[in-house]
Amino acid sequence: MERIPILKMGSFLLVTIQVDMHDQLALALQDDLTSRIVADRASGVLIDISSLEIVDSFIGRMLSNIASMARVLDAETVVVGMRPSVAITLVELGLSLPGIRTALNVDRGMELLRSARNGETPGDGRQDG
Amino acid sequence: MVVKTVELPLVQQEDVVAVRQSTRSLAVEIGLTIVDQTKIVTAASELARNTVVHGGGGKVTLEVLKEASKQGLRLTFEDTGPGIPNLERAMQDGYTSASGLGLGLGGSRRLCTDFAIESKVGVGTRVTIGRWKA
Amino acid sequence: MNKTHLSEVIARHEDELLSDWLGRQNEALSGRRDRISETQLKAHSRDFLRALTETLSRDAGSDLGRPEWSSMRDLLGEISRQRVIQGFTPSETATFVLSFKQPLFTRLGAEYAGDSQALANEIWTATELLDKLGLYTAEIYLKTREEVILRQQQEMLELSTPVVELWHGVLALPLIGTLDSARTQIVMENLLEAIVARSSDLAIIDITGVPTVDTLVAQHLLKTVAAARLMGADCIISGIRPQIAQTIIHLGVDLSGVLTKATLADAFQLALKRKNLTLGRS
Repeated sequence: MERIPILKMGSFLLVTIQVDMHDQLALALQDDLTSRIVADRASGVLIDISSLEIVDSFIGRMLSNIASMARVLDAETVVVGMRPSVAITLVELGLSLPGIRTALNVDRGMELLRSARNGETPGDGRQDG
Repeated sequence: MVVKTVELPLVQQEDVVAVRQSTRSLAVEIGLTIVDQTKIVTAASELARNTVVHGGGGKVTLEVLKEASKQGLRLTFEDTGPGIPNLERAMQDGYTSASGLGLGLGGSRRLCTDFAIESKVGVGTRVTIGRWKA
Repeated sequence: MNKTHLSEVIARHEDELLSDWLGRQNEALSGRRDRISETQLKAHSRDFLRALTETLSRDAGSDLGRPEWSSMRDLLGEISRQRVIQGFTPSETATFVLSFKQPLFTRLGAEYAGDSQALANEIWTATELLDKLGLYTAEIYLKTREEVILRQQQEMLELSTPVVELWHGVLALPLIGTLDSARTQIVMENLLEAIVARSSDLAIIDITGVPTVDTLVAQHLLKTVAAARLMGADCIISGIRPQIAQTIIHLGVDLSGVLTKATLADAFQLALKRKNLTLGRS
């Protein structure tokens, strides 16, 4: 089974989800990220979902789980690039993705992660939940 | 009137992905807006997963409907699984319920214009969802 | 009533019926003849005759609701829809069916020359059926036209509510006029798309120009704010007049999680502050 690649950028990990994931792939990503946060001593995780056309409750839970596990390991998670149609659908579904911070794109996401790491109070960071 | 039918198995996880993709392409075919496409594909994903994970496997029938000048998409998910004991409760929202069913059903209903569910304990479940091109 | 005879008569004289009928249609359309091609008119007419003979040969009766008539209904629905787009009137569209009467009666007259009772029966059956089909065509035409108008209205709405960039990363959506559910939905989707397109993480939705807000509209506004937040942007709702504030409270809508400001100017100031910007004199 292919796995979703995780890139290291400084003290952050970057994941770009570009495939239509089946459940096992999503779970594998969760596991891989957790291992890498520890292995690379990462202080932040950026998940780019700009290619995702669908976020259903399973993927939503996966993202929430990643954020929770990262927090336990003292790392922040930011999800970026959510499409309007996905956001509208999530609101309709009643999923609020608690504990997940979001940003419009990778640049903004990185800014958020940097200010979090530097202990600054987030300026434009969005926190849901 | 049904102008196109696609039947897909729902036995393993990869089947859920196939259902998403099929639903998406039919939704595009009948001209649904991007938001409406996303809604029905998301609902399909939830229900497909339910069928595989909780229904012990089953199938889904996708149909393109045509009425005068209107076009619509209808999906029927069927399984011969354990059935849902308390339908009303299962339809309510709960971010996580023990079996994970709660969110899928209530949410899916909100995402579709048409929604119907039949379930009998020990016999199985059938969920039908639909959306018309506005 | 013996339907199969009609079916046979039509099948036997198909070509003559077709050319006679086409002649009448051309006459009836006269000035607007150029809106449809000869080929298409001929194809529609031939399809109609085929569907008619096919269904009649199955003794379907004149109840158009029966499943045997479904392919005819679909055909007429399709033809009607095209006539709407081509700009014909409802009567012109119904005439497509009704103008078939005369050619058919002429043929029937020849077939039953010696049997006036049988002729009367066939003509009665035919007339009843064709009237129904004609009326059905007109109904579908009207339904289609409504749908087309609705769609055009929506398209106009999309064009008439522009999103404005007040500053880098700050968008404003000034809403004006009465909002209905459909319009609000489109407008909100446009705002979310603009948020992505202009990478703006702040959007001001100004409702100064909105006289009333009902539950549905209030819900759409809240959903938009929630969706924007999920995407990584924040919304400020400005211009909530006292009456609207009261209505919203009465409706039980919960605005507690939403940033609100009385005026667009206040909202803009708040936006600048959030971006750590201040306006200074030069």
